[in-house]
Amino acid sequence: MKILVNGAWRDTHSAALAPLLEELGYGGTVVTTAVNGEFVAAGKREERLLTEGDRLEVLAPMQGG
Amino acid sequence: MLSLYETPVRSRLMLGTARYPSPAVLAAAARAGGVEVVTVALRRESAGERAGQAFWSFIRELGVRVLPNTAGCHSVKEAVTTAHMAREVFGTPWIKLEVIGEDDTLQPDVFGLVEAARTLCAEGFAVFPYTTEDLVVAERLLAAGCRVLMPWGAPIGSGRGLNNLFGLKTLRAHFPEVPLIIDAGLGVPSHAAQALELGFDAVLINTAVAQARDPVQMAGAFARAVEAGLAARAAGPMEPRDLATPSTPVIGTAFRG
Repeated sequence: MKILVNGAWRDTHSAALAPLLEELGYGGTVVTTAVNGEFVAAGKREERLLTEGDRLEVLAPMQGG
Repeated sequence: MLSLYETPVRSRLMLGTARYPSPAVLAAAARAGGVEVVTVALRRESAGERAGQAFWSFIRELGVRVLPNTAGCHSVKEAVTTAHMAREVFGTPWIKLEVIGEDDTLQPDVFGLVEAARTLCAEGFAVFPYTTEDLVVAERLLAAGCRVLMPWGAPIGSGRGLNNLFGLKTLRAHFPEVPLIIDAGLGVPSHAAQALELGFDAVLINTAVAQARDPVQMAGAFARAVEAGLAARAAGPMEPRDLATPSTPVIGTAFRG
């Protein structure tokens, strides 16, 4: 299925958020996630199932004012 | 000492972490300014680059408290979601709440700001709202649960100083017990000194330090200005007058009479 990851479409077979992050190479990194504009806590990524067209944001610390 | 949500903060100079020539210069500027609180943000992370990872390790080594922001958010929902994400990744309930309403001036959408503040305060966040000097908005933010306000001096990155002196003085006078931090628009140390002289509790500076020819020297200059302003406020500045008053005593002046 196709998932929009940080603004770019990606094809995946991962059914849930946690395996998708692994598949995308985010394993072991400090990131925080939201699906369709809703925050998904790190502890909920295993149970957060994905469906075609979901919009995923993967954010990390960055410089800011 | 200044207390922000029960956290004592000695330094009245807070620093943004963006737009420095290098991380090393940012670190040196933070040290030169005696800074205890820096602002940080969240951005999309690329799995390959892991830039956020490196930045976060660097900030932790600085040994400062972080104040994450919701910069770039244009709606209540975006700001609230970003606050949740920031709390998880930075491990702090502190959030500099920005809901931008207008792109040319980056003026806060104060209606959305109040709504987002209400939601986040109810959820236990320590909200630092980036607002205007509007008294009614300030009142609403306090009613929403905010215990610190961050009025703008001027539009973000404009370096214009305290644009609406009368409005800011009025805000200070109306809320004498609320910590007020001037956020945005200050360009030179004299602006910061003026803010503290007027009774504002602290200033948050980013562009004026980061984009100076020598950011480290400028951070030191801002730190001294803030100290001078704070001391001047404590010392009780004189009231301006419209007419001259001789400072040298006139009694016994030669050649008179």
